[in-house]
Amino acid sequence: MRDFDYIRPATIPDAIAAAAEPGSAYLAGGTNLLDLMKGGITSPERIVDISRLPELNRIERLDDGGLRIGALVRNADLAYDPAFAKSYPAVAEALLSGASAQLRNAATVGGNLLQRTRCSYFYDTASACNRREPGAGCDALEGENRLHAVLGWSDACIATHPSDFCVPLVALDAVVEIEGKKGRRHVTLEEFHRLPGETPQRENALEPGDLIVAVRLPAEAASFSANARYLKVRERTSYAFAVVSAAAALVVDGGKIRAARLALGGVAAKPWRARTAEAVLLGANANEVTFASAAEAALADASPSGDNAFKIELARRIVVRALMSAQAGTPERLPALPASPFSNIPGARHDA
Amino acid sequence: MTSLPITLTINGHKHELEVDPRVTLLDLLRERLDLTGTKKGCDRGQCGACTVLVDGKRINSCLALAVSHDGAQVLTIEGVAHGEELHPVQAAFIAHDGFQCGFCTPGQIMSTLGLIAEGQAGDDPERIREGLSGNICRCAAYGGIVEAVLEAQQQLVKADRRTAA
Repeated sequence: MRDFDYIRPATIPDAIAAAAEPGSAYLAGGTNLLDLMKGGITSPERIVDISRLPELNRIERLDDGGLRIGALVRNADLAYDPAFAKSYPAVAEALLSGASAQLRNAATVGGNLLQRTRCSYFYDTASACNRREPGAGCDALEGENRLHAVLGWSDACIATHPSDFCVPLVALDAVVEIEGKKGRRHVTLEEFHRLPGETPQRENALEPGDLIVAVRLPAEAASFSANARYLKVRERTSYAFAVVSAAAALVVDGGKIRAARLALGGVAAKPWRARTAEAVLLGANANEVTFASAAEAALADASPSGDNAFKIELARRIVVRALMSAQAGTPERLPALPASPFSNIPGARHDA
Repeated sequence: MTSLPITLTINGHKHELEVDPRVTLLDLLRERLDLTGTKKGCDRGQCGACTVLVDGKRINSCLALAVSHDGAQVLTIEGVAHGEELHPVQAAFIAHDGFQCGFCTPGQIMSTLGLIAEGQAGDDPERIREGLSGNICRCAAYGGIVEAVLEAQQQLVKADRRTAA
């Protein structure tokens, strides 16, 4: 690991001033940053340790019915908060399907949004990667790319965003609260992460010094609590990133879909909100035929970026399964294997 | 970068230390304090051999900068037994052959202590397997590990009831 200056600011303004200097990086849980530093993928000159900043580790109910989650709340603390899990079950399930218990105890809400892709060419400093080194090229294009993006990719980059947490969050209209040199601003999570285009190194809406201070869920997000699921296909049952995942949330009344939310993970460089699919669902009968139409719409623009055409069909199927599972109702108790499509929950068909 | 002063309470003993900010909690334990029970496997948060409890919670000590944990309470495998008397989790790992080569065992035991404290395991082997998925055993002693955790959990629950009564 390269040498660096270590600063532990006492206030948010001090942190922003320190991190606005070139070569700075914020440190919170450290689960991704230290890994990247050990591998030489990133080498900050200055570490700004925000892990003790006051007021960023609270979960607060807002007067308008929304929820404000401090950026330093640990993944495990959020997922096991009973009130949170009851109101936003798909988010809790997504959190618990990610990483390991040790990592969830350390990793933070803000850090989860900012984690880097797990593309193996990004991690291998001997490979060409436009995201790591702009203009270097992309060795993933002609490499081992069966797990790479099928939506929103470009010739410059075909990597995926690895987060589970962000998938139900983007479906539920989460908003990122950012504090920077010019004050505080709000950016929707949907707009927060960027697609690669010609500049894959620009991954999100943050400017130098900007600090994520909270993630907000609007009041409406809790209205889906009775019919929400997150399902995730992995290459092993636990402690693996998604091949494809889906968050589905419905409000069904008299057999008709009154509100619908759908997002996909593991398919693009950002958590993928499937708005055209939501339009198909809205007002339609809640049944498998509708769900299959929604899945078609969600993947209509998908194309393989390599040996990964299978992910498109897999994504359609996981969308249908997630919607059926949401319609069947949020399980009373979180499954032993969170988000696993192989778990035996009533209503979740194995052949959908 | 010059060294920075930190204080850590490790297995009940307070340590005043000067550390280079690059030093991980894992390297501090092993290289500076000779607490080599905590193992370095992958050093990248993937294997769980370095698991310790920090302020009561299990984490990967390889992905923790020591300087960032100034003031923390750390429990390592060396602090688990009471003198010559093994902790029930340690005894259960022996009784159920929850290891072969033993390299991952300190991490497995610390992770088990964390899991039991989190109260998420219950008596369901599937939840135990899920809860310990951050600890790899390349000898694949998983069958014995799950049995050991089940028994230790039951013993600890019984002991809690006795204490409460």
